[in-house]
Amino acid sequence: MRVFQYILLSFLVVCAISVSFSKKLLNSILIFMSYSLVMSIIWICLESPDLAITEAAVGAGVTSVLFFVTLKKIHAIEEDSHKGEKESMIEQRRR
Amino acid sequence: MSRMKSEEEYRKTKAFHFFRWLSGEKDPYVGNLEMKPQKEYIEEEASLRERMRENQMVMDKVYDTRHNKWLFLFRRFYRIMAVVFCAMLAGLLLFTVSYLPPTGNASNPDNNEVAERYIESGMQETGAVNIVTGMILTYRAFDTFGETNVLFIATCCVMIMLMVEDAELKRQEVMNDRRFEPKNDAILQGAAMILVPIIFIFGIYIILNGHLSPGGGFSGGATIGAGMILYASAFGFKKTERFFDEKIYKITKVSALCTYGLIGIYYYVTGANGIENHIPLGIPGHIVSAGIIFPINICVGIEVACTMYAFYALFRRGGL
Amino acid sequence: MGANLFNNYGEAVAMILFVIGFGNLMLQSNLIKKIIGLNIMDTAVYLFLAEKGYISGRVAPIVVDGIQSTEAYINPVPSGLVLTGIVVSVSVSALMLSLTIRLYQRYHTLDLDEISLRLKKEGL
Repeated sequence: MRVFQYILLSFLVVCAISVSFSKKLLNSILIFMSYSLVMSIIWICLESPDLAITEAAVGAGVTSVLFFVTLKKIHAIEEDSHKGEKESMIEQRRR
Repeated sequence: MSRMKSEEEYRKTKAFHFFRWLSGEKDPYVGNLEMKPQKEYIEEEASLRERMRENQMVMDKVYDTRHNKWLFLFRRFYRIMAVVFCAMLAGLLLFTVSYLPPTGNASNPDNNEVAERYIESGMQETGAVNIVTGMILTYRAFDTFGETNVLFIATCCVMIMLMVEDAELKRQEVMNDRRFEPKNDAILQGAAMILVPIIFIFGIYIILNGHLSPGGGFSGGATIGAGMILYASAFGFKKTERFFDEKIYKITKVSALCTYGLIGIYYYVTGANGIENHIPLGIPGHIVSAGIIFPINICVGIEVACTMYAFYALFRRGGL
Repeated sequence: MGANLFNNYGEAVAMILFVIGFGNLMLQSNLIKKIIGLNIMDTAVYLFLAEKGYISGRVAPIVVDGIQSTEAYINPVPSGLVLTGIVVSVSVSALMLSLTIRLYQRYHTLDLDEISLRLKKEGL
Protein backbone atom coordinates (compact mmCIF):
# COMPACT_ATOMS: atom_id res chain seq x y z
CA MET A 1 0.00 0.00 0.00
CA ARG A 2 2.81 2.37 0.80
CA VAL A 3 4.54 1.53 -2.48
CA PHE A 4 1.29 2.29 -4.32
CA GLN A 5 1.07 5.65 -2.61
CA TYR A 6 4.70 6.40 -3.45
CA ILE A 7 4.04 5.69 -7.13
CA LEU A 8 0.91 7.87 -7.19
CA LEU A 9 2.57 10.79 -5.42
CA SER A 10 5.60 10.73 -7.71
CA PHE A 11 3.21 10.67 -10.70
CA LEU A 12 1.61 13.83 -9.30
CA VAL A 13 4.96 15.61 -9.08
CA VAL A 14 5.93 14.54 -12.61
CA CYS A 15 2.57 15.79 -13.95
CA ALA A 16 2.93 19.14 -12.20
CA ILE A 17 6.41 19.69 -13.59
CA SER A 18 5.51 18.69 -17.13
CA VAL A 19 2.54 21.06 -17.19
CA SER A 20 4.89 24.01 -17.02
CA PHE A 21 7.29 22.71 -19.65
CA SER A 22 4.94 21.71 -22.44
CA LYS A 23 4.82 23.86 -25.54
CA LYS A 24 1.23 23.41 -26.62
CA LEU A 25 -1.70 24.52 -24.50
CA LEU A 26 -3.85 21.50 -25.34
CA ASN A 27 -1.21 19.11 -24.01
CA SER A 28 -0.88 20.94 -20.72
CA ILE A 29 -4.66 20.87 -20.16
CA LEU A 30 -4.78 17.12 -20.79
CA ILE A 31 -1.96 16.57 -18.32
CA PHE A 32 -3.84 18.69 -15.79
CA MET A 33 -6.91 16.50 -16.28
CA SER A 34 -4.93 13.36 -15.48
CA TYR A 35 -3.40 15.13 -12.47
CA SER A 36 -6.89 15.72 -11.14
CA LEU A 37 -7.85 12.08 -11.69
CA VAL A 38 -4.84 10.72 -9.82
CA MET A 39 -5.60 13.16 -7.00
CA SER A 40 -9.05 11.59 -6.76
CA ILE A 41 -7.48 8.14 -6.30
CA ILE A 42 -5.22 9.49 -3.55
CA TRP A 43 -8.27 10.73 -1.65
CA ILE A 44 -9.54 7.14 -1.56
CA CYS A 45 -6.19 5.94 -0.21
CA LEU A 46 -6.60 8.53 2.56
CA GLU A 47 -10.03 7.10 3.50
CA SER A 48 -12.19 10.08 2.43
CA PRO A 49 -14.75 8.85 -0.12
CA ASP A 50 -16.74 12.13 -0.17
CA LEU A 51 -13.71 14.02 -1.38
CA ALA A 52 -12.96 11.37 -3.99
CA ILE A 53 -16.40 11.59 -5.62
CA THR A 54 -16.42 15.37 -5.51
CA GLU A 55 -12.92 15.75 -6.94
CA ALA A 56 -13.63 13.24 -9.71
CA ALA A 57 -16.83 15.01 -10.73
CA VAL A 58 -15.52 18.54 -10.36
CA GLY A 59 -11.80 18.44 -11.07
CA ALA A 60 -11.53 15.89 -13.82
CA GLY A 61 -14.98 16.80 -15.11
CA VAL A 62 -16.17 20.35 -14.98
CA THR A 63 -12.94 22.32 -14.59
CA SER A 64 -11.21 20.55 -17.46
CA VAL A 65 -14.28 20.96 -19.69
CA LEU A 66 -14.24 24.69 -18.93
CA PHE A 67 -10.58 24.86 -19.93
CA PHE A 68 -11.34 23.13 -23.22
CA VAL A 69 -14.24 25.43 -23.97
CA THR A 70 -12.04 28.46 -23.28
CA LEU A 71 -9.46 27.18 -25.74
CA LYS A 72 -12.17 26.63 -28.29
CA LYS A 73 -13.45 30.18 -27.96
CA ILE A 74 -9.97 31.60 -28.33
CA HIS A 75 -9.12 29.49 -31.34
CA ALA A 76 -12.51 30.18 -32.87
CA ILE A 77 -11.64 33.81 -33.21
CA GLU A 78 -8.38 32.95 -34.95
CA GLU A 79 -10.10 30.58 -37.35
CA ASP A 80 -12.63 33.30 -38.08
CA SER A 81 -9.95 35.61 -39.44
CA HIS A 82 -8.36 32.77 -41.41
CA LYS A 83 -11.65 31.87 -42.96
CA GLY A 84 -12.14 35.49 -44.00
CA GLU A 85 -8.80 35.37 -45.83
CA LYS A 86 -9.66 32.13 -47.55
CA GLU A 87 -13.01 33.46 -48.77
CA SER A 88 -11.52 36.60 -50.20
CA MET A 89 -8.85 34.57 -52.03
CA ILE A 90 -11.52 32.29 -53.53
CA GLU A 91 -13.47 35.31 -54.70
CA GLN A 92 -10.43 36.87 -56.28
CA ARG A 93 -9.67 33.70 -58.20
CA ARG A 94 -13.24 33.49 -59.41
CA ARG A 95 -12.91 36.95 -60.90
CA MET B 1 -29.79 104.13 -10.80
CA SER B 2 -30.17 107.05 -8.48
CA ARG B 3 -33.60 108.49 -7.78
CA MET B 4 -32.34 111.91 -6.88
CA LYS B 5 -30.80 112.61 -10.22
CA SER B 6 -31.89 111.91 -13.73
CA GLU B 7 -30.34 109.31 -15.96
CA GLU B 8 -27.97 111.52 -17.90
CA GLU B 9 -26.73 113.31 -14.83
CA TYR B 10 -26.08 110.02 -13.05
CA ARG B 11 -23.94 108.77 -15.88
CA LYS B 12 -21.56 111.64 -15.39
CA THR B 13 -20.91 111.02 -11.70
CA LYS B 14 -17.89 109.23 -10.28
CA ALA B 15 -19.99 106.69 -8.40
CA PHE B 16 -21.45 105.35 -11.62
CA HIS B 17 -18.02 105.10 -13.18
CA PHE B 18 -16.68 103.31 -10.09
CA PHE B 19 -19.44 100.72 -9.98
CA ARG B 20 -19.24 100.09 -13.68
CA TRP B 21 -15.50 99.48 -13.40
CA LEU B 22 -16.08 97.19 -10.41
CA SER B 23 -18.56 94.98 -12.20
CA GLY B 24 -16.53 94.93 -15.41
CA GLU B 25 -19.29 95.91 -17.81
CA LYS B 26 -17.31 98.36 -19.77
CA ASP B 27 -14.33 97.54 -21.84
CA PRO B 28 -11.91 100.40 -21.14
CA TYR B 29 -10.19 100.15 -24.54
CA VAL B 30 -13.16 100.28 -26.88
CA GLY B 31 -13.10 103.58 -28.61
CA ASN B 32 -9.59 104.28 -27.40
CA LEU B 33 -7.46 101.87 -29.38
CA GLU B 34 -7.95 100.88 -32.94
CA MET B 35 -8.78 97.16 -33.15
CA LYS B 36 -9.35 95.06 -36.25
CA PRO B 37 -11.94 92.22 -36.24
CA GLN B 38 -10.26 88.90 -35.36
CA LYS B 39 -10.07 85.91 -37.73
CA GLU B 40 -10.79 82.40 -36.44
CA TYR B 41 -7.64 80.29 -36.05
CA ILE B 42 -7.98 77.03 -38.00
CA GLU B 43 -5.21 74.55 -37.52
CA GLU B 44 -3.62 73.28 -40.66
CA GLU B 45 -3.84 69.62 -41.56
CA ALA B 46 -0.12 69.29 -42.10
CA SER B 47 0.85 70.67 -38.72
CA LEU B 48 -1.71 68.47 -36.97
CA ARG B 49 -0.40 65.37 -38.69
CA GLU B 50 3.15 66.40 -37.90
CA ARG B 51 2.32 66.76 -34.22
CA MET B 52 0.62 63.37 -34.11
CA ARG B 53 3.53 61.72 -35.85
CA GLU B 54 5.98 63.17 -33.38
CA ASN B 55 3.78 62.00 -30.52
CA GLN B 56 3.73 58.48 -31.94
CA MET B 57 7.52 58.51 -32.37
CA VAL B 58 8.02 59.53 -28.76
CA MET B 59 5.62 56.82 -27.53
CA ASP B 60 7.38 54.17 -29.59
CA LYS B 61 10.75 55.21 -28.27
CA VAL B 62 9.61 55.27 -24.67
CA TYR B 63 7.78 51.95 -24.77
CA ASP B 64 10.32 50.21 -26.93
CA THR B 65 10.96 47.03 -25.06
CA ARG B 66 13.41 45.23 -27.23
CA HIS B 67 16.28 47.68 -27.05
CA ASN B 68 15.74 48.79 -23.52
CA LYS B 69 18.67 47.64 -21.44
CA TRP B 70 17.10 48.30 -18.06
CA LEU B 71 13.94 46.38 -18.86
CA PHE B 72 15.93 43.42 -20.07
CA LEU B 73 18.04 43.40 -16.92
CA PHE B 74 14.95 43.74 -14.75
CA ARG B 75 13.30 40.79 -16.41
CA ARG B 76 16.36 38.66 -15.86
CA PHE B 77 16.57 39.79 -12.25
CA TYR B 78 12.89 39.04 -11.69
CA ARG B 79 13.19 35.53 -13.05
CA ILE B 80 16.28 34.68 -11.04
CA MET B 81 14.82 36.11 -7.85
CA ALA B 82 11.56 34.22 -8.43
CA VAL B 83 13.41 30.92 -8.74
CA VAL B 84 15.51 31.70 -5.66
CA PHE B 85 12.41 32.67 -3.71
CA CYS B 86 10.62 29.47 -4.67
CA ALA B 87 13.62 27.38 -3.66
CA MET B 88 13.82 29.15 -0.31
CA LEU B 89 10.08 28.69 0.20
CA ALA B 90 10.39 24.99 -0.59
CA GLY B 91 13.26 24.62 1.85
CA LEU B 92 11.40 26.44 4.59
CA LEU B 93 8.21 24.41 4.13
CA LEU B 94 10.05 21.09 4.04
CA PHE B 95 11.94 22.11 7.16
CA THR B 96 8.62 22.79 8.88
CA VAL B 97 7.12 19.52 7.67
CA SER B 98 10.01 17.59 9.17
CA TYR B 99 9.11 18.96 12.60
CA LEU B 100 5.43 18.10 12.40
CA PRO B 101 4.09 15.09 14.33
CA PRO B 102 4.06 11.92 12.27
CA THR B 103 1.12 11.34 9.94
CA GLY B 104 -1.38 8.73 10.94
CA ASN B 105 -0.57 8.91 14.62
CA ALA B 106 -3.61 8.63 16.85
CA SER B 107 -2.24 10.99 19.48
CA ASN B 108 -1.78 13.98 17.19
CA PRO B 109 -2.90 17.30 18.67
CA ASP B 110 -5.62 17.73 16.07
CA ASN B 111 -7.48 14.57 17.06
CA ASN B 112 -8.97 16.28 20.05
CA GLU B 113 -12.32 16.37 21.77
CA VAL B 114 -14.05 18.02 18.81
CA ALA B 115 -13.63 14.96 16.63
CA GLU B 116 -14.57 12.79 19.59
CA ARG B 117 -17.83 14.65 20.08
CA TYR B 118 -18.69 14.48 16.38
CA ILE B 119 -18.06 10.76 16.15
CA GLU B 120 -19.58 9.62 19.41
CA SER B 121 -22.75 11.67 19.53
CA GLY B 122 -23.00 12.48 15.85
CA MET B 123 -25.57 9.89 14.97
CA GLN B 124 -27.75 10.67 17.96
CA GLU B 125 -27.75 14.42 17.52
CA THR B 126 -28.02 14.65 13.76
CA GLY B 127 -29.52 11.34 12.74
CA ALA B 128 -27.06 10.86 9.87
CA VAL B 129 -25.05 7.70 9.35
CA ASN B 130 -22.39 9.54 7.30
CA ILE B 131 -20.55 11.56 9.93
CA VAL B 132 -18.97 14.04 7.52
CA THR B 133 -22.25 14.98 5.83
CA GLY B 134 -23.98 15.25 9.18
CA MET B 135 -21.22 17.50 10.42
CA ILE B 136 -21.15 19.93 7.54
CA LEU B 137 -24.92 20.29 7.37
CA THR B 138 -25.81 20.60 11.05
CA TYR B 139 -22.86 21.50 13.24
CA ARG B 140 -21.24 23.60 10.51
CA ALA B 141 -24.24 24.51 8.40
CA PHE B 142 -23.24 28.14 8.21
CA ASP B 143 -19.99 27.35 6.38
CA THR B 144 -21.90 25.33 3.82
CA PHE B 145 -24.34 28.17 3.34
CA GLY B 146 -21.44 30.51 2.70
CA GLU B 147 -20.04 28.10 0.15
CA THR B 148 -23.37 27.87 -1.68
CA ASN B 149 -23.37 31.66 -1.71
CA VAL B 150 -19.92 31.66 -3.30
CA LEU B 151 -21.22 29.46 -6.11
CA PHE B 152 -24.13 31.82 -6.67
CA ILE B 153 -21.90 34.89 -6.75
CA ALA B 154 -19.46 33.22 -9.14
CA THR B 155 -22.30 32.47 -11.56
CA CYS B 156 -23.51 36.07 -11.36
CA CYS B 157 -20.01 37.38 -12.10
CA VAL B 158 -19.52 35.04 -15.06
CA MET B 159 -22.93 36.16 -16.34
CA ILE B 160 -21.85 39.79 -16.09
CA MET B 161 -18.78 39.14 -18.17
CA LEU B 162 -19.96 36.69 -20.77
CA MET B 163 -23.69 37.12 -21.26
CA VAL B 164 -24.74 38.59 -24.58
CA GLU B 165 -28.09 40.36 -24.67
CA ASP B 166 -28.10 41.90 -28.13
CA ALA B 167 -29.98 39.74 -30.62
CA GLU B 168 -27.52 40.30 -33.48
CA LEU B 169 -24.46 39.52 -31.39
CA LYS B 170 -26.23 36.50 -29.96
CA ARG B 171 -26.85 35.09 -33.41
CA GLN B 172 -23.20 35.69 -34.27
CA GLU B 173 -22.07 33.86 -31.16
CA VAL B 174 -24.24 30.85 -31.94
CA MET B 175 -22.93 30.77 -35.49
CA ASN B 176 -19.32 30.98 -34.33
CA ASP B 177 -19.95 28.23 -31.87
CA ARG B 178 -21.36 25.61 -34.20
CA ARG B 179 -19.50 26.46 -37.34
CA PHE B 180 -16.59 24.06 -37.28
CA GLU B 181 -18.40 21.11 -35.76
CA PRO B 182 -20.29 18.23 -37.35
CA LYS B 183 -23.96 18.69 -36.64
CA ASN B 184 -24.98 15.17 -35.73
CA ASP B 185 -22.06 13.10 -34.59
CA ALA B 186 -23.11 9.43 -34.56
CA ILE B 187 -20.75 8.20 -31.88
CA LEU B 188 -21.42 11.06 -29.51
CA GLN B 189 -25.17 10.83 -29.88
CA GLY B 190 -25.22 7.06 -29.49
CA ALA B 191 -23.10 7.17 -26.36
CA ALA B 192 -25.07 10.09 -24.92
CA MET B 193 -28.39 8.33 -25.49
CA ILE B 194 -27.22 5.43 -23.35
CA LEU B 195 -25.19 7.30 -20.75
CA VAL B 196 -27.25 10.38 -19.90
CA PRO B 197 -30.20 8.60 -18.19
CA ILE B 198 -27.74 6.51 -16.17
CA ILE B 199 -25.81 9.60 -15.11
CA PHE B 200 -28.99 11.41 -14.04
CA ILE B 201 -30.23 8.47 -12.00
CA PHE B 202 -26.81 8.03 -10.39
CA GLY B 203 -26.65 11.73 -9.53
CA ILE B 204 -30.09 11.68 -7.93
CA TYR B 205 -29.08 8.57 -5.98
CA ILE B 206 -25.96 10.29 -4.65
CA ILE B 207 -27.95 13.34 -3.55
CA LEU B 208 -30.73 11.43 -1.84
CA ASN B 209 -28.38 9.07 -0.02
CA GLY B 210 -26.10 11.84 1.19
CA HIS B 211 -26.58 10.98 4.83
CA LEU B 212 -26.29 7.22 4.44
CA SER B 213 -23.29 6.71 2.20
CA PRO B 214 -20.50 8.83 0.78
CA GLY B 215 -21.73 11.66 -1.38
CA GLY B 216 -24.04 14.46 -0.52
CA GLY B 217 -25.25 17.58 -2.24
CA PHE B 218 -22.05 18.73 -3.88
CA SER B 219 -20.99 15.47 -5.48
CA GLY B 220 -24.47 14.65 -6.69
CA GLY B 221 -25.02 18.13 -8.05
CA ALA B 222 -21.72 18.06 -9.92
CA THR B 223 -22.63 14.69 -11.43
CA ILE B 224 -26.03 15.90 -12.62
CA GLY B 225 -24.38 19.02 -14.03
CA ALA B 226 -21.90 16.88 -15.93
CA GLY B 227 -24.78 14.82 -17.32
CA MET B 228 -26.50 17.96 -18.58
CA ILE B 229 -23.27 19.15 -20.17
CA LEU B 230 -22.99 15.85 -22.04
CA TYR B 231 -26.57 16.12 -23.25
CA ALA B 232 -26.14 19.71 -24.40
CA SER B 233 -22.94 19.01 -26.28
CA ALA B 234 -24.33 15.90 -28.02
CA PHE B 235 -27.77 17.09 -29.03
CA GLY B 236 -27.36 20.83 -29.31
CA PHE B 237 -28.74 23.65 -27.26
CA LYS B 238 -32.12 23.76 -28.97
CA LYS B 239 -33.13 20.43 -27.51
CA THR B 240 -31.82 21.32 -24.08
CA GLU B 241 -33.86 24.51 -24.10
CA ARG B 242 -36.97 22.39 -24.16
CA PHE B 243 -36.57 21.44 -20.54
CA PHE B 244 -34.05 23.91 -19.18
CA ASP B 245 -34.18 27.45 -20.48
CA GLU B 246 -33.35 30.73 -18.81
CA LYS B 247 -36.59 31.24 -16.93
CA ILE B 248 -36.55 27.78 -15.34
CA TYR B 249 -32.89 28.29 -14.47
CA LYS B 250 -33.54 31.56 -12.65
CA ILE B 251 -36.53 30.25 -10.73
CA THR B 252 -34.88 27.02 -9.56
CA LYS B 253 -31.59 28.60 -8.60
CA VAL B 254 -32.98 31.44 -6.55
CA SER B 255 -35.63 29.29 -4.86
CA ALA B 256 -33.06 26.62 -3.93
CA LEU B 257 -30.82 29.19 -2.26
CA CYS B 258 -33.74 30.88 -0.49
CA THR B 259 -35.12 27.57 0.78
CA TYR B 260 -31.73 26.73 2.22
CA GLY B 261 -31.63 30.15 3.85
CA LEU B 262 -35.09 29.84 5.41
CA ILE B 263 -34.55 26.35 6.79
CA GLY B 264 -31.16 27.45 8.05
CA ILE B 265 -32.56 30.54 9.77
CA TYR B 266 -35.08 28.49 11.70
CA TYR B 267 -32.36 26.04 12.73
CA TYR B 268 -29.86 28.69 13.84
CA VAL B 269 -32.35 30.80 15.77
CA THR B 270 -33.77 27.90 17.76
CA GLY B 271 -30.31 26.46 18.35
CA ALA B 272 -28.70 29.69 19.47
CA ASN B 273 -31.42 30.49 21.97
CA GLY B 274 -31.69 26.99 23.40
CA ILE B 275 -35.26 26.49 22.22
CA GLU B 276 -36.25 23.01 21.24
CA ASN B 277 -36.62 22.74 17.46
CA HIS B 278 -39.30 20.23 16.68
CA ILE B 279 -37.65 18.62 13.68
CA PRO B 280 -38.08 14.84 13.76
CA LEU B 281 -34.82 12.98 13.48
CA GLY B 282 -36.25 9.66 12.38
CA ILE B 283 -34.57 6.29 12.47
CA PRO B 284 -30.94 6.42 11.35
CA GLY B 285 -30.51 4.22 8.31
CA HIS B 286 -33.73 5.13 6.57
CA ILE B 287 -33.80 7.55 3.67
CA VAL B 288 -36.30 9.98 5.13
CA SER B 289 -34.45 10.70 8.34
CA ALA B 290 -31.80 13.01 9.73
CA GLY B 291 -33.96 16.08 10.18
CA ILE B 292 -32.95 18.99 8.00
CA ILE B 293 -30.15 17.20 6.17
CA PHE B 294 -32.48 15.67 3.61
CA PRO B 295 -34.08 18.88 2.21
CA ILE B 296 -30.84 20.83 2.46
CA ASN B 297 -28.99 18.19 0.43
CA ILE B 298 -31.62 18.47 -2.29
CA CYS B 299 -31.36 22.29 -2.36
CA VAL B 300 -27.57 22.22 -2.55
CA GLY B 301 -27.65 19.57 -5.26
CA ILE B 302 -30.01 21.57 -7.45
CA GLU B 303 -27.93 24.71 -6.95
CA VAL B 304 -24.64 23.05 -7.88
CA ALA B 305 -26.12 21.34 -10.95
CA CYS B 306 -27.54 24.64 -12.24
CA THR B 307 -24.20 26.33 -11.62
CA MET B 308 -22.15 23.79 -13.56
CA TYR B 309 -24.49 23.84 -16.53
CA ALA B 310 -24.65 27.64 -16.49
CA PHE B 311 -20.87 27.90 -16.61
CA TYR B 312 -20.76 25.64 -19.65
CA ALA B 313 -23.59 27.36 -21.51
CA LEU B 314 -22.27 30.86 -20.81
CA PHE B 315 -18.81 29.95 -22.00
CA ARG B 316 -20.03 28.40 -25.21
CA ARG B 317 -22.88 30.58 -26.28
CA GLY B 318 -23.03 33.66 -24.18
CA GLY B 319 -26.49 32.83 -22.94
CA LEU B 320 -28.56 30.05 -21.53
CA MET C 1 16.06 19.28 10.35
CA GLY C 2 13.56 17.22 12.32
CA ALA C 3 13.20 13.51 12.08
CA ASN C 4 9.85 13.17 10.41
CA LEU C 5 10.57 14.20 6.84
CA PHE C 6 10.33 10.72 5.34
CA ASN C 7 7.56 9.68 7.65
CA ASN C 8 5.36 12.52 6.47
CA TYR C 9 5.96 11.85 2.79
CA GLY C 10 2.45 12.92 1.79
CA GLU C 11 2.82 16.33 3.36
CA ALA C 12 6.28 16.82 1.88
CA VAL C 13 4.91 16.10 -1.60
CA ALA C 14 2.06 18.54 -0.90
CA MET C 15 4.60 21.25 -0.10
CA ILE C 16 6.61 20.50 -3.24
CA LEU C 17 3.46 20.71 -5.35
CA PHE C 18 2.56 24.02 -3.70
CA VAL C 19 5.92 25.50 -4.61
CA ILE C 20 5.68 24.17 -8.19
CA GLY C 21 2.26 25.74 -8.58
CA PHE C 22 3.48 29.02 -7.13
CA GLY C 23 6.46 29.05 -9.48
CA ASN C 24 4.08 28.52 -12.39
CA LEU C 25 1.98 31.42 -11.24
CA MET C 26 4.95 33.77 -11.03
CA LEU C 27 7.15 32.77 -13.93
CA GLN C 28 4.89 31.83 -16.84
CA SER C 29 3.71 34.57 -19.10
CA ASN C 30 0.85 32.65 -20.67
CA LEU C 31 -2.41 33.36 -18.87
CA ILE C 32 -3.84 29.86 -19.05
CA LYS C 33 -0.73 28.30 -17.56
CA LYS C 34 -0.96 30.76 -14.69
CA ILE C 35 -4.49 29.56 -14.01
CA ILE C 36 -3.35 25.94 -14.09
CA GLY C 37 -0.63 26.86 -11.59
CA LEU C 38 -3.21 28.35 -9.24
CA ASN C 39 -5.27 25.16 -9.46
CA ILE C 40 -2.21 23.07 -8.63
CA MET C 41 -1.60 25.22 -5.55
CA ASP C 42 -5.21 24.69 -4.46
CA THR C 43 -5.09 20.92 -4.73
CA ALA C 44 -1.76 20.80 -2.91
CA VAL C 45 -3.30 22.57 0.09
CA TYR C 46 -6.22 20.15 0.09
CA LEU C 47 -3.82 17.20 0.04
CA PHE C 48 -2.05 18.61 3.07
CA LEU C 49 -5.30 19.08 4.99
CA ALA C 50 -6.54 15.59 4.24
CA GLU C 51 -3.23 14.10 5.33
CA LYS C 52 -3.65 15.78 8.70
CA GLY C 53 -6.91 13.97 9.23
CA TYR C 54 -5.72 10.51 8.36
CA ILE C 55 -5.11 7.99 11.14
CA SER C 56 -3.53 4.73 10.12
CA GLY C 57 -5.49 1.55 10.67
CA ARG C 58 -8.92 3.15 10.78
CA VAL C 59 -11.72 3.40 8.25
CA ALA C 60 -13.76 6.15 6.65
CA PRO C 61 -16.18 8.03 8.96
CA ILE C 62 -19.39 6.20 8.08
CA VAL C 63 -21.01 4.43 11.00
CA VAL C 64 -21.00 0.68 10.39
CA ASP C 65 -22.68 -1.86 12.69
CA GLY C 66 -23.46 0.79 15.26
CA ILE C 67 -19.84 1.12 16.37
CA GLN C 68 -19.47 4.69 17.53
CA SER C 69 -16.22 4.80 19.40
CA THR C 70 -13.48 7.18 18.42
CA GLU C 71 -11.06 4.28 18.02
CA ALA C 72 -12.63 3.08 14.78
CA TYR C 73 -12.81 6.13 12.51
CA ILE C 74 -10.50 8.80 11.15
CA ASN C 75 -10.84 12.46 12.02
CA PRO C 76 -13.83 13.83 10.08
CA VAL C 77 -13.15 17.56 10.56
CA PRO C 78 -10.48 18.19 7.87
CA SER C 79 -12.63 16.26 5.38
CA GLY C 80 -15.43 18.78 5.78
CA LEU C 81 -13.03 21.70 5.29
CA VAL C 82 -11.63 20.28 2.07
CA LEU C 83 -15.11 19.65 0.68
CA THR C 84 -15.85 23.35 0.86
CA GLY C 85 -12.50 24.13 -0.67
CA ILE C 86 -12.90 21.98 -3.75
CA VAL C 87 -16.15 23.68 -4.72
CA VAL C 88 -14.73 27.16 -4.15
CA SER C 89 -11.73 26.26 -6.31
CA VAL C 90 -13.94 25.46 -9.31
CA SER C 91 -15.76 28.78 -8.92
CA VAL C 92 -12.47 30.68 -8.90
CA SER C 93 -11.25 28.83 -11.99
CA ALA C 94 -14.42 29.58 -13.91
CA LEU C 95 -14.24 33.26 -13.04
CA MET C 96 -10.63 33.55 -14.11
CA LEU C 97 -11.26 31.75 -17.38
CA SER C 98 -14.07 34.13 -18.26
CA LEU C 99 -11.72 37.05 -17.56
CA THR C 100 -9.18 35.44 -19.91
CA ILE C 101 -11.77 35.19 -22.69
CA ARG C 102 -12.66 38.87 -22.37
CA LEU C 103 -9.00 39.88 -22.32
CA TYR C 104 -8.37 37.88 -25.47
CA GLN C 105 -11.33 39.43 -27.24
CA ARG C 106 -9.91 42.86 -26.48
CA TYR C 107 -6.19 42.40 -27.04
CA HIS C 108 -5.94 39.22 -29.21
CA THR C 109 -3.05 37.85 -27.22
CA LEU C 110 -2.61 35.57 -24.23
CA ASP C 111 0.74 36.96 -23.17
CA LEU C 112 0.58 38.96 -19.97
CA ASP C 113 3.68 41.07 -20.75
CA GLU C 114 2.15 42.21 -24.06
CA ILE C 115 -1.13 43.09 -22.41
CA SER C 116 0.46 45.16 -19.65
CA LEU C 117 2.62 46.96 -22.23
CA ARG C 118 -0.43 47.91 -24.29
CA LEU C 119 -2.24 49.03 -21.17
CA LYS C 120 0.63 51.34 -20.30
CA LYS C 121 0.64 52.75 -23.82
CA GLU C 122 -3.04 53.50 -23.71
CA GLY C 123 -2.50 55.31 -20.50
CA LEU C 124 -4.74 53.33 -18.16
